[in-house]
Amino acid sequence: MRRKQFIYYIPYALWLVLFVLAPVALILYQSFFDINGQATLQNYATYFQSGTYLKMTLNSLWYAFLITLITLLISYPTAYWLHQTKHKQLWLLLIILPTWINLLLKAYAFIGIFSQNGAINHFLGWFGIGPQQILFTNFSFLVVATYIEIPFMILPIFNSLEELNPSLVNASRDLGASNWQTFTKVIVPLTMSGVKAGVQAIFIPSLSLFMLTRLIGGNRVITLGTAIEEHFLTTMNWGMGSTIGVVLIVAMGLIMALTGEKKTKKKVTLK
Amino acid sequence: MNKLSRIAVAILVACLALWLGIVQLQKSQGFTKDNTLTLYNWGDYIDPALIKKFETKTGYHVSVETFDSNEAMYTKIKQGGTAYDLAVPSDYMIEKMRKAKMLKPIDHSKLTGYQNLGQSFLNQPFDPDNRYSLPYFWGTLGIIYNDQLTSQPITSWSDLWQPQYKGDIMVVDSARDMMAVGLIETGQSVNSTNPAALEKAKQRLDQMAPNVKAVVADEIKMYMVQNEASVAVTWSGEAAEMLANNSHLHYVVPTEGSNLWFDNLVIPKTAKHEKAAYAFLNFMLEPKNAAQNADYIGYSTPNTAAKKLLPAATRNNPAFYPSNQLIQKLQVYSDLSPTTVGLYNDLFLEFKMQH
Repeated sequence: MRRKQFIYYIPYALWLVLFVLAPVALILYQSFFDINGQATLQNYATYFQSGTYLKMTLNSLWYAFLITLITLLISYPTAYWLHQTKHKQLWLLLIILPTWINLLLKAYAFIGIFSQNGAINHFLGWFGIGPQQILFTNFSFLVVATYIEIPFMILPIFNSLEELNPSLVNASRDLGASNWQTFTKVIVPLTMSGVKAGVQAIFIPSLSLFMLTRLIGGNRVITLGTAIEEHFLTTMNWGMGSTIGVVLIVAMGLIMALTGEKKTKKKVTLK
Repeated sequence: MNKLSRIAVAILVACLALWLGIVQLQKSQGFTKDNTLTLYNWGDYIDPALIKKFETKTGYHVSVETFDSNEAMYTKIKQGGTAYDLAVPSDYMIEKMRKAKMLKPIDHSKLTGYQNLGQSFLNQPFDPDNRYSLPYFWGTLGIIYNDQLTSQPITSWSDLWQPQYKGDIMVVDSARDMMAVGLIETGQSVNSTNPAALEKAKQRLDQMAPNVKAVVADEIKMYMVQNEASVAVTWSGEAAEMLANNSHLHYVVPTEGSNLWFDNLVIPKTAKHEKAAYAFLNFMLEPKNAAQNADYIGYSTPNTAAKKLLPAATRNNPAFYPSNQLIQKLQVYSDLSPTTVGLYNDLFLEFKMQH
């Protein structure tokens, strides 16, 4: 019996070793070599002593924070509304649908919408306030990044709302809580797991966005992803690229640890 | 479950049928592995009609694979997964591949039409006596501007620093090319390895930062055609495509001089069909074919016999065939040490953070 269970574990173990552990180990290994193939710790020293990289790290964190915050502010009410409506599946499908379209195509569509002769500037033109420079601004970058990430925030929140036992909400109302109190004291705490999952699914990839920073941001927003791309493709300085990769992996680990599910359940004290 | 497995079987059957169809199609056209020439080229960098013509003329089948950067091509050839018979690297990359012993010497006795190539495009420092490469196309780095959005024609690099172009210039996302602009502006060689000179060039670029609207790549073509910006730094070949789509655009090679680049045909060490490769080289050396290709791609041809066959308007256009006097001021990139390339990139990254 035990042996059988071991067999089931093999595909997962293979996957884990080949596509998770091995690449991470390779990145870690590469990060200890300089551009000429000499073993060194210099890459890390360069990273933490260079104003450019630190500023880039700050940029990455700040924009990832903004993207996550905006997405959350839009997604929670949306998920809540979705949970309440009839035809949930239809509305949900409409939210998931854009994720089936390739990211690059969506980026190009936004270029068309935001450009000098694009839809928005035509619209502004009717009021005599166009054309404005929309493309290559922080604003356009945030809009597109948020747009792309939203489904990944809505889904986990929606799922956790669905799992929420409605009798708890009814009980709260029966016991005299107002709508607002029910929402803040019962619904939000009980759906926190969905919010955490959403935050993880968005903050972490946002840290290393790079294609959008060029296409939509015109390289006005430079994140660590841009630097990694450059080190691997142009400079061929894999060591430095890997070092930035390691920093990102550590950052992601920290975020997982901070937002992750705590194993110890809170004790409920009854008075 | 039944339904699911039926769908799965249907997909597998469809795949099998398609695969058989492809094999059958290739067989009926007489293509086998032995007579296939694998060409590793930049995207959209050869007239497809010429490939058809070559196939019917010689009986070889041509399979074209594409890359989008010299570095990507280098890595792929070095790994050796696919045996490419011909590749089209640029100048400094040829030097790098030559040094890494990745190229086969070209036997000039097997070439016909080598004399068609212009002297000024042969025997370049990156490949003395053209032992390893034959020029395919050449061009310059320069400025493209829109005469509707600028008050006067742009003629030099220093124009880019004028305050009237505030937030109006798009530049290429390429460390080497943008550092070259800074180096030329400060009177240095585009192959400078002196950190102080590079730092100075970067500081000069930083002063241009307020004028920079965006640092972008291929998208420049689309943006310039759609009047998104009035001025851009780009390559002559890309410019040719933009000019074809917007008559208000003009391309200039700045008077201070610029970069002269080459894309040359080489035979990698891993090549398996040398005979086919030479047949292709000779085919592309024929003036008629080279002219047809240049007409289709819009880049400048190094084949002087082919140039004569091009329309006069193209042939006499100083933007694409600059005067000899200006050509004297153009500099070719040489292969730099990894440390220097790293320095170029770090400085360019700092410039990008500035704007």
